[in-house]
Amino acid sequence: MHELSICNAIASTAAKHAEGRPVTQVTVQIGHLRQVVPDALLFSWEVVSSTTDLKDAELVIEQVPAVVECLDCGARTTLDLPILSCETCEGFNVKLLSGEELFVVSIDLVDA
Amino acid sequence: MHADGTSHVHEHDLDHDHHNDHKDNITDVGDHSGYTQTGQTRITILENLLSENDRVADDNGRRLAVSGVCAVNLMSSPGAGKTTLLRKTLEKLGASVRIGVLEGDIATSLDADKLEGAGATAISVVNTSAGFGGECHLDAVMVQSGMERLPLPELDLLIIENVGNLVCPAEFRVGEYARAMVFAVTEGEEKPLKYPVMFRAADVVVVNKVDLLPHLDFDLDAFLSNVTAVNPKARVIMASARTGEGVDEWCAWLAAQGPLTPTLSEV
Repeated sequence: MHELSICNAIASTAAKHAEGRPVTQVTVQIGHLRQVVPDALLFSWEVVSSTTDLKDAELVIEQVPAVVECLDCGARTTLDLPILSCETCEGFNVKLLSGEELFVVSIDLVDA
Repeated sequence: MHADGTSHVHEHDLDHDHHNDHKDNITDVGDHSGYTQTGQTRITILENLLSENDRVADDNGRRLAVSGVCAVNLMSSPGAGKTTLLRKTLEKLGASVRIGVLEGDIATSLDADKLEGAGATAISVVNTSAGFGGECHLDAVMVQSGMERLPLPELDLLIIENVGNLVCPAEFRVGEYARAMVFAVTEGEEKPLKYPVMFRAADVVVVNKVDLLPHLDFDLDAFLSNVTAVNPKARVIMASARTGEGVDEWCAWLAAQGPLTPTLSEV
């Protein structure tokens, strides 16, 4: 249901920018920390888009890894688990650089 | 199966094949295999999916601030004890603080019924069911409509009881000043790692049902270090809404969210 809500938001954002023009592809960026299941999102997209002007638009999901920067030692860590800690010094004093993205990046339109 | 007796087995097979194609639609960022085809134009949007929700959430936050109301978004999985804690909170604070409750419930008013007579100044129920079986969270628009049925100028504190769910509510800001999460020790110590978005969103984690600890294998130390791992800033309050343990500390935390006039930059 989480994915369904997000798909509704994707569809309304894409439709707003398409202004009625036919869309072939919608590209989104989803950070790893967002707990969005890509396959569930694609399935929801089929359900949501089928009833709208976006029914021919393919959804493309770019996944963004979760990366933190340590404020103590400066090292960068790409996280495998949602544990916000530094791999190098094992401290928790870290800043999140990426992983919380939830963006519509672009839409592709058929040239007139 | 359709009403005329036909069924679309083949379509289902096609769907299945389509499902296998999904792998092409999921890439790591920076992998530009999905380049624009000839005869098409790509329009860059870079719009946050939650921007519309956040815009309404900001409106809600402003309306609450103008009315001098501090809103707390109360979240948990189903059955963690939000409603029982809320009832205890109303009994304890209701005489000195004017508390409004906004109840998010998928389809019933059962939780609101349980709060009857406990000391709330006003209760507003928002059913999240909208055609498709019911949303699993409150969003800013639902809270906006629930707020319209509350006498905001007569309130000091608004407690928004979200739908019981550890995933979705954390993604949707509703205009709250602070976020509280109720966690029951019966849920298991690994939950912060499994539901990091929720635990990261919480300003305070109320660890509920601690009266059951002697009967459980729950590893409290492991749980607390898991909370720290995903959210080092979270305040943790040990409590039992049933026995009343920790309710004072929780109410003190709530009251400390005052002077109850958050500045606009904070909402």
